[in-house]
Amino acid sequence: MNVSPDRPSRFASNEALNRALSTRLRPGQASAWTASLAFAWRGVLKIKHIPEQLIDVTMTPILFTLMFTYLFGGALAGSPTEYLQFLLPGILVMTVLFSTVYSGVTINTDVTKGVSDRFRSLPVWSSAPLVGSVLADSVRYLMAALVGLSFGMLLGFRPEGGVIGVVAGLSLLLVFAFSLSWVFTTMGLWMKTPNAVMNLGFMAMFPLTFMSNVFVEPETMPGWLEWWVNVNPVSSLATAMRAFMHGTFNLGQVITVLLASAAFTGVFAPLTLYLYRNKV
Amino acid sequence: MQSNPNTELAIEAHGLIKHFGGTKAVNGVDLLVPRGMVYGVLGPNGAGKTTTIRMLSTLLKPDGGHAWVMGHDLVRDVGAVRGCVSLTGQYASVDEDLTGRENLVLLARLLGYSRRASKERSAELLEAFDLADAARRQVRTYSGGMRRRLDIAASIVVTPDLIFLDEPTTGLDPRSRNQVWDIVRALVAGGTTVLLTTQYLDEADQLADRIAVIDHGKVIAEGTGGELKASVGSGALHLRLKNPALLLQAEGILTAVLNAPVVAEADPATLMARLADTSKATDALAALSQAGIELEQFSLGQPSLDEVFLALTGHPAESEEKIGEQQ
Ligand SMILES: Nc1ncnc2c1ncn2[C@@H]1O[C@H](COP(=O)(O)OP(=O)(O)OP(=O)(O)O)[C@@H](O)[C@H]1O
Ligand SMILES: [Mg+2]
Repeated sequence: MNVSPDRPSRFASNEALNRALSTRLRPGQASAWTASLAFAWRGVLKIKHIPEQLIDVTMTPILFTLMFTYLFGGALAGSPTEYLQFLLPGILVMTVLFSTVYSGVTINTDVTKGVSDRFRSLPVWSSAPLVGSVLADSVRYLMAALVGLSFGMLLGFRPEGGVIGVVAGLSLLLVFAFSLSWVFTTMGLWMKTPNAVMNLGFMAMFPLTFMSNVFVEPETMPGWLEWWVNVNPVSSLATAMRAFMHGTFNLGQVITVLLASAAFTGVFAPLTLYLYRNKV
Repeated sequence: MQSNPNTELAIEAHGLIKHFGGTKAVNGVDLLVPRGMVYGVLGPNGAGKTTTIRMLSTLLKPDGGHAWVMGHDLVRDVGAVRGCVSLTGQYASVDEDLTGRENLVLLARLLGYSRRASKERSAELLEAFDLADAARRQVRTYSGGMRRRLDIAASIVVTPDLIFLDEPTTGLDPRSRNQVWDIVRALVAGGTTVLLTTQYLDEADQLADRIAVIDHGKVIAEGTGGELKASVGSGALHLRLKNPALLLQAEGILTAVLNAPVVAEADPATLMARLADTSKATDALAALSQAGIELEQFSLGQPSLDEVFLALTGHPAESEEKIGEQQ
């Protein structure tokens, strides 16, 4: 209900108003770190207040896991459980990468709703809102990954790499997601509405995730597609994740992923900060 | 170009310019705002009010001109300006997804309050702005008036020396508008300079000590409400006929007697004539009564700011759907 508890006409107590206004306390400036953390806290509160976003990005992979495991698992790998061992690390990649689009949506919402106007007129480090929001997004990515992982284990996923393998795999995933989210924050500052960001973002995610080795190895694909799947950094990430979770270590793919992450961050983080500071 | 700010002034702006492509949103605005008062910036849609405020609060870089805000150079000393002014934008800039309390705690933390002090300050503000009951609800469930109050509360977590309020009462019902007016008066009483924009002439008249009228990106008049009215003419005669059918006839008689333009108002039974010489009003009333045209009501008064606006710009202010009922 939208009923306001306003009392008739004037305030119950103008005294409270005068008292609140008479405080001329200036506690001094918040450091860049405190400010970033405050914004991160805001992002985490948003996860709490709008859980739909998290549910959105976890439901699809859960459905995909079920569908692929039981429909195609037998045909692709002999048995559903066996296929799940191959599929799940890739599904986690997909889940988390899809949720990076929301980093762009969040920024765009702040700008279009005018919330960022207030932040930008405060005497705090001007990049703190972005850094805080990306930090909070990492929390969201981790939650999405953990939901996916728990669901997989429920269905029979058994990571031979143990806790260390899982932690290593997830860490690599978070690093890549962090770097990719700068691409979407750039997009978020470029585009006019949150919906446009979401649509374009998801559209970009499809070729990145589906045209990778998340579902099947590319040997049977036509040449051009096999070429793309092999250069797609998401394939490298999925391969490296699988290796970690199953107790091995694929140095080549880990390096590829880290280089791709560095490239994304190196180009798009400064671009985002630049666009944010000079937003008209 | 001057090199030193006048310390008596909260804002000293000379020739501010901002163009968006071909749109000359602000096209040479000069403002001198003395400290410690409510200063009204009045103008119709698209006049350049928001753009001016966004420049003065450091959100937009001016394309030209020069300004000092609370004695600090607007362009060279952005940090110092941000430290002593705050802005309540035209569209509520609170976070709808968070609760009212969370919004205020966030700002208090950003302004350097400790964790504990942030909570205390938020509680104090929520109480003062009559939002204590709604403190733990998401802002998206707030009414327009509550949102406005929270927005203003968010701007005074640290009481600023100068506050910009961009159309603080647009879209509010009369009661909520009164609450905002109370807040504005309390702010000034506490020593804060308030610059507010409005499309409502009667709001500028009631609240502001001085008023700048802007249109098409330029200040076209400046002064106290009284001065602006005086600049237009000595007064206006308002008439309301018993029988609206006689309107044309009455208009003819008035034009002849007064030798001045007569305007039909929105209400089909009323007429307004601007007078050069107020003593002619009695002649006009006598002539009407002789012609058998009965009046329901008449008044002779200072021109309203509406008339001021019409006289200054040649077009009326878009103020029809204005705040509440008019006296
Ligand atoms: N970011 C922008 N890009 C392009 N044009 C803009 C931008 N901001 C404002 N304008 C244009 O500049 C002019 C002045 O706009 P501004 O928002 O300052 O007016 P205003 O007096 O605040 O009007 P309102 O009463 O409707 O809020 C308008 O013609 C508007 O379309
Ligand atoms: Mg405006």
